[in-house]
Amino acid sequence: MEQVIVNSLILGMNYALIALGLTLIFAIMNVLNFAHGQMYVLGGFITYYALQVLHLPFVVGLVASVVVLVLVGLLSERLLFRRAIRVSTREESTMLLAAGLALLLESLILLFFGEKQRGMPPIISGVYQVFGVYIPAGRAFVFAIALASLIGFVTFMQFTRPGRALRAIAQDKEVTALQGVNINRYGALGFGLGAGLTGLAGSLLATIFAVNSGLGTAVSIKAFIMVMLGGAGVVSGAIAGAFVLGFLESFGYAYMPGSVTYMLIFAGMIIFLVFRPQGIMGKPWG
Amino acid sequence: MKLLVNTFRLFLVGFVLLAFGVTTSQAANKVLKIGHIGVMSGPAASWGLINKYAALAGAEIINEDGGFEIGGEKYDIEIVSLDTKQDPRVAIAGAERLVYQEGIKYIIGPNVDDTTRAVLPVFEKAGAFNICYGWHRELFTSPSKNTALGMIAGYQSAPVIYKYLKEQRGVKSLACVPRNDASGLNSRDSCVAAADQLGIKITSSDSTYEPNTSDFFPIMGRIIGQNPDLIVLSGVAPADAPLLIRAARELGYKGLMSTETAMDANIITEIAGEMANGYISVGGASAPELRTDEMKRFIERYSKVAGEWNDEAGTKVYALEMLLQTLRVAGAAAIDDIEIFKAAMPKVNAEDPFIKGGKARLKWVGQGYFDQLRQVSTPMVITEFKDTDFVTLFIGYVE
Repeated sequence: MEQVIVNSLILGMNYALIALGLTLIFAIMNVLNFAHGQMYVLGGFITYYALQVLHLPFVVGLVASVVVLVLVGLLSERLLFRRAIRVSTREESTMLLAAGLALLLESLILLFFGEKQRGMPPIISGVYQVFGVYIPAGRAFVFAIALASLIGFVTFMQFTRPGRALRAIAQDKEVTALQGVNINRYGALGFGLGAGLTGLAGSLLATIFAVNSGLGTAVSIKAFIMVMLGGAGVVSGAIAGAFVLGFLESFGYAYMPGSVTYMLIFAGMIIFLVFRPQGIMGKPWG
Repeated sequence: MKLLVNTFRLFLVGFVLLAFGVTTSQAANKVLKIGHIGVMSGPAASWGLINKYAALAGAEIINEDGGFEIGGEKYDIEIVSLDTKQDPRVAIAGAERLVYQEGIKYIIGPNVDDTTRAVLPVFEKAGAFNICYGWHRELFTSPSKNTALGMIAGYQSAPVIYKYLKEQRGVKSLACVPRNDASGLNSRDSCVAAADQLGIKITSSDSTYEPNTSDFFPIMGRIIGQNPDLIVLSGVAPADAPLLIRAARELGYKGLMSTETAMDANIITEIAGEMANGYISVGGASAPELRTDEMKRFIERYSKVAGEWNDEAGTKVYALEMLLQTLRVAGAAAIDDIEIFKAAMPKVNAEDPFIKGGKARLKWVGQGYFDQLRQVSTPMVITEFKDTDFVTLFIGYVE
């Protein structure tokens, strides 16, 4: 039981890192970023390349993943989404654009990094045994970095001027614009930040999960589950959704036949959303 | 000025010779198109790409050596490759394109049961023959006549591996951990049947995991709680195996682990490293101590085509070779008529060019399993992972 709880916490923290970027982009831009999983995969591959091919320290790989993904986010916002949002009032336009971007990124990743699963040894080797619970050092390290990143992100959003502007845009874009906030600039910042967080998640989690070019869709699906459970566009909701999914998955796999777990998760999610479509932390009015 | 004119003449002569050479080379050999259809995008992309790269590498070597002789005539081999995206509908469209648009009669692939099932009626109707990597028995038993198994199936290797582990390593209990898809569950059933037959206790067989699972800690936690002597990763994809191994070892499991499928040493080394030592799997002609010079040349060419070597290709090297060897025995008429090809299948019996020792034969087998010769005689090389490579434990053959 103790092992299952620890597994749930570690899994939840990892998932939170994945869900944050998606919910941030949705909150700021109202874009359902279907390319989220592919951005995660790109982040993982960049770290892999830095570590295993160029033999650079992990921190270099981590920074490179974040920087490249921030650039990908900024470019996507500036060249693709900003124009689509400006010229089309239909929300499905950006959704289709995001789906196209996902396919493009997946093909490019396959082209540049190949078809193989790629991974790396744990950043810190060894396994801690605490009260009979096994905690691999590599996972503990990722947990600590993820936790620090979450705290840093929430602090940024709560206590800095750009963070407050991003939250204001998420609440009401028009009113925020009337206050003199440059929506385009902060939209780009939000997209870049969201993509950068996804790159961070890909980089960190590649050290314990590995990556392959086809992983993106599965990552996106899980991220959407978390965001829907927690409440779309709500940062705290994404974190809550991530821990709920982490606990459901760990307990499900521990106490039920494997194939039943995700069936029950999906069934439970449908029932939950029927009664609370705005998710755990979302507001019914948006 | 004279030097300039002479240089220009030299270039001109060189260009004409080159052009003439190319033209004559193209004119000399006919082209034999071989199709390949497999999953080459998405999470299972590596399965189809390995087949494609293996076919391309094999074709390049043949063409470089002047072509493949059938009925006294030389043929250059051209591989036409299409992606199924692991979707039966896409597979059917691809199969139709290969047989009707390209006029191809011999095809390598698909990779899994459902896409293979989907394309069989197309091949049947068009009179085409394929070597596939789905391994459900009904694909190769009558009335299905136009498809053959290109590898060792789990139900063939599982009894052999467990018997060895029972007798040599004292295994008394095992847990099967299958992927929740048709191939994984079929492998699990083979695992359970083989363990039952050998009197090995099964501690778990219902703990499946979904395709695309990235964290195997929860699933392995349950398995390890039952403390089996052996954990069998049934039908595991090469991408998932090192993650499952790593999760098991990090959770304190010290027992044996095995699978019935081919693995890639590089991926295992990268992700699981020393934790994978002792992991038992089924390889092909790739184990270093077994490689002939021809296999070494293939590995070199494969590495050039794909960017790096993949041990799984040691089982995929046989498909193109078997098709061509059978065509050679059947004669040129078989190129357009698979009935002549099928009639010649029992007559194929050549030395395996990829494995040392001369014992391995290149022939069609599977009579005992399918009541007809519908399997390539890929050697069943049982290997154990040690540090960064596979070490051969023993070699078996299917008849």
